[in-house]
Amino acid sequence: MGNKPAVFTHEQLEAYQDCTFFTRKEIMRLFYRYQDLAPQLVPLDYTSSPDVKVPYELISSMPELKDNPFRQRIAQVFSEDGDGHMTLDNFLDMFSVMSEMAPRDLKAYYAFKIYDFNDDDYICAWDLEQTVTKLTRGELSAEEVSLVCEKVLDEADADHDGRLSLDDFQHVILRAPDFLSTFHIRI
Amino acid sequence: MSRQLQGLGEEAGGGVRGRARNGSPGTGDRSGRRPSRKQAPKAQGAPGKRGAPPGRKERAGGSPRPGSPRSKQAERRRPREELRKPERSTAERTSKGRRKRDGRTSFKEQRAPPKKEKETPRKEEMWKPLKKHRSSSLASSTSVGESLSEEELAQILEQVEDKKKLIATMRNKPWPMAKKLTELREAQEFVEKYEGALGKGKGKRLYAYKMLMAKKWVKFKRDFHNFKTQCIPWEMKIKDIESHFGSSVASYFIFLRWMYGVNLVLFGLIFGLVIIPEVLMGTPYGSIPRKTVPRAEEEKAMDFSVLWDFEGYIKYSPLFYGYYNNQRTIGWLRYRLPMAYFMVGVSVFGYSLTIVIRSMASNTQGSTSEGESDNFTFSFKMFTSWDYLIGNSETADNKYASITTSFKESIVDEQESNKEENIHLTRFLRVLANFLIICCLCGSGYLIYFVVKRSQEFSKRQNISWYERNEVEIVMSLLGMFCPPLFETIAALENYHPRIGLKWQLGRIFALFLGNLYTFLLALMDDVHLKLSNEETIKNLTHWTLFNYYNSSGWNESVPRPPLHPADVPRGLCWETAVGIEFMRLTVSDMLVTYITILVGDFLRACFVRFMNYCWCWDLEAGFPSYAEFDISGNVLGLIFNQGMIWMGSFYAPGLVGINVLRLLTSMYFQCWAVMSSNVPHERVFKASRSNNFYMGLLLLVLFLSLLPVAYTIMSLPPSFDCGPFSGKNRMYDVIQETIENDFPTFLGKIFAFLANPGLIIPAILLMFLAIYYLNSVSKSLSRANAQLRKKIQALRELEKNHKSVKGRATARGSEDTAKDSPQNATQLQLTKEGATPHSASQSQTLDKKTQSAGTSSSASETMLPASQHLPVSRLPNVRPDSGRGRPHTHPWKSASGKSAGRPPH
Repeated sequence: MGNKPAVFTHEQLEAYQDCTFFTRKEIMRLFYRYQDLAPQLVPLDYTSSPDVKVPYELISSMPELKDNPFRQRIAQVFSEDGDGHMTLDNFLDMFSVMSEMAPRDLKAYYAFKIYDFNDDDYICAWDLEQTVTKLTRGELSAEEVSLVCEKVLDEADADHDGRLSLDDFQHVILRAPDFLSTFHIRI
Repeated sequence: MSRQLQGLGEEAGGGVRGRARNGSPGTGDRSGRRPSRKQAPKAQGAPGKRGAPPGRKERAGGSPRPGSPRSKQAERRRPREELRKPERSTAERTSKGRRKRDGRTSFKEQRAPPKKEKETPRKEEMWKPLKKHRSSSLASSTSVGESLSEEELAQILEQVEDKKKLIATMRNKPWPMAKKLTELREAQEFVEKYEGALGKGKGKRLYAYKMLMAKKWVKFKRDFHNFKTQCIPWEMKIKDIESHFGSSVASYFIFLRWMYGVNLVLFGLIFGLVIIPEVLMGTPYGSIPRKTVPRAEEEKAMDFSVLWDFEGYIKYSPLFYGYYNNQRTIGWLRYRLPMAYFMVGVSVFGYSLTIVIRSMASNTQGSTSEGESDNFTFSFKMFTSWDYLIGNSETADNKYASITTSFKESIVDEQESNKEENIHLTRFLRVLANFLIICCLCGSGYLIYFVVKRSQEFSKRQNISWYERNEVEIVMSLLGMFCPPLFETIAALENYHPRIGLKWQLGRIFALFLGNLYTFLLALMDDVHLKLSNEETIKNLTHWTLFNYYNSSGWNESVPRPPLHPADVPRGLCWETAVGIEFMRLTVSDMLVTYITILVGDFLRACFVRFMNYCWCWDLEAGFPSYAEFDISGNVLGLIFNQGMIWMGSFYAPGLVGINVLRLLTSMYFQCWAVMSSNVPHERVFKASRSNNFYMGLLLLVLFLSLLPVAYTIMSLPPSFDCGPFSGKNRMYDVIQETIENDFPTFLGKIFAFLANPGLIIPAILLMFLAIYYLNSVSKSLSRANAQLRKKIQALRELEKNHKSVKGRATARGSEDTAKDSPQNATQLQLTKEGATPHSASQSQTLDKKTQSAGTSSSASETMLPASQHLPVSRLPNVRPDSGRGRPHTHPWKSASGKSAGRPPH
């Protein structure tokens, strides 16, 4: 450690450890992953917290994300202005939420945002259709898709307003047996 | 003193600053999830009050006001007061001595109810006269002093606690990192600043010290956590597997890693407390008969086959029970080895039980009631079916396909529930399949019994071949290898849904393994009893040999004869070691069979398919042999049963755990390699959901079942007379009694004797049963209440639904009359109309966001936004299809980003 120029100050690392679910080593690993995405863009010195963003195209090319049908949404949700370009902070945020240690509620909150394609704080039928289409790569017919969406709304929509609020979503998702095990990216 | 004053001034100033700092994020925060928002007014209150009393004194006649306006006024007045502070300070100096006393009394009277006081401002008002009185009696202003008054102190303390809590839970907040960082910094600064201000005099230093220690402790915990996570091995390997095969395959490897950890602990226990003391301090090899290879075996004791069948030198090594001496204490440490041996044997089971139960409990903690999961099939499929771990395109393809099929399946299920065709045939086939499988199970049981019996015959003969010696292990391994596929073939008859089929399959394999294990045990027990019955004769023989040796003629009686060479002493069969050896062999052969199966069944097959595909007449990769899939359930069951054997055998073969650690280590690497090199992702993945706990349950069952025979042998069989740490005793547990009698003070011995009295134990057991019964009934009644509540909620929802749909229809009809009903209703109606006219498309579009023509409809949608929550929309059948068609399917990306870009002006 001593002979290498430090990427972060000690305080920065401590603060990151306070704000994420990662240990020092994991934060460093994540930083190097981030740096690897765009070596010419990201400096190796973050002590002065430079304002650097890695474009979405590079983020989505990570092996952890590149096969995920929701990668776009994930990047959008965690990026600052919803365009998918990520600063290091956003990047750490994303993997912190996706880490194994993150609690259910936090995960559910972000899952809701991910499935809420049009950012209106509700998952409406259109969002659901998007989800199904992405999940099945459009191999279901339109009737099937709409049937599925109707069913989901039927099951989960507690207040019957035709869309899922965050509460509805959490109500469902907190009962899902494998939500925690699947909504998880190991880094 | 003056320094103190200065410090106080700083503190007061800091209070103002702190308030300013506190206030700003509070107002900036819009999410409303922030607990510290509550603190903002509080923070205002504290410094405000600090300045307030003089002001209050000025207008002493003023009536008491409720909290918030007062503090506001005080705020406004503060600058003036701060200016005046120097003047006051002289007066304070004079009154300081007085105040100190006063402070202490008031400390007591105010310390008690600080919380209540904060919650109910009225109480505060009650106190005001008191304060006023005090301040007037002090002649000069006292309320701003060199130390904070107690209620402020309490408040600050509370704030500090809140901030600390915030720091601790910062990572759980759904905020972007930048916000988290600033919040964190603020909270930390606040805590830093005020931590020092708390406490008084000696208490202050103590408090500071405590805080320091707390900080150190937190730091230590974090470092320890860092260290701990670094120690977790194979993280990257598992990650690779996870991204290739999804979470289900990886769950096996995580289980394997967990098992490895447990075994390492057991290994540490046994090696640290039994084997190493014995090696270091016990009598060396060859000193006594039990530690020496007998004359007859000597020539074969160094054969290579010893490594395989654990005869020869290995049999007479600390790896097995028989090697240990029954000396009460060994070495200069006077280590009580027999006692340690017994206690370690018990604690191996104790530790395993606790760790299994604990991990089961922590697994169940997260999951809520199971009964409800049926209600959300589609939702679960929609929101949790994608495995975010997948990072491999082939797996992703499979996953897409499996999700599609599962959707289709549930749609079909939904459309035509239960189309039972030819139920009789299915029933007949199922009965037939079960019959066949029971036959298989019985057959395998009998085969094992037969083989074990035969091996006893063999063991009496002198020269036996390699096969005859290892017949039992080979047969058991072969059965374990071939029966599961056979079961699978038979299960194809049954035509179950694959998930149910998987459960049946697991149950059957479990039954097979269990049956085999127990048959093996029973046969072994027979053997043990046989050996025990022979023991008497051997005992006599030993006596006679020794007697003859020492009394034989032709030796000078005056010189004592050198003792008989230990290798020549005839000795018993030592059933404990025999049992240990059986388990050892079984473990090793199991391991080898597993590896060979992987090599042949997976790797060679993969090689064959891969390379012969160039010159074969059909497509091998897609056609018949194809690549193997990773058999999760079989592997997990194998692991569980292996662990069961370890538990059973570890008492009689302390080295068994060491072997198992090696086995798990190698199999981790080997299987990781095999799965990555020669297996393909599952075509149809059913997550055996909550499988983790299912496996844990199996493990617990196996642990219990393996505890039984060991407990039986310890409790009811006499140990061999000439080998092992308990030789010469009537029962193994006598070692405890011996220790209690000899090494503990007598009264402790009495207490133990009293505790062991059946008169006490039986009531204790009864009490336990009663407690279980009581807790059980309580949980039952709770769950009943739960179900009732759920029913109520459901009914309520139904009611609401009906109500809403009626109301919605009324609104949609657009009758002008309803507009008069209530102002709220009126606005709703208007909004609907407004939305409906420009876009007849629908009300559900309302929520314009999905349209990419956000710009055009923005005026309408903007006004509708607030109402959209109340609107019972999209339940109208006549509107719905229309809206469906009107919905744009294209470019979610563009629309979303455009939306978010266009948002700020809103």
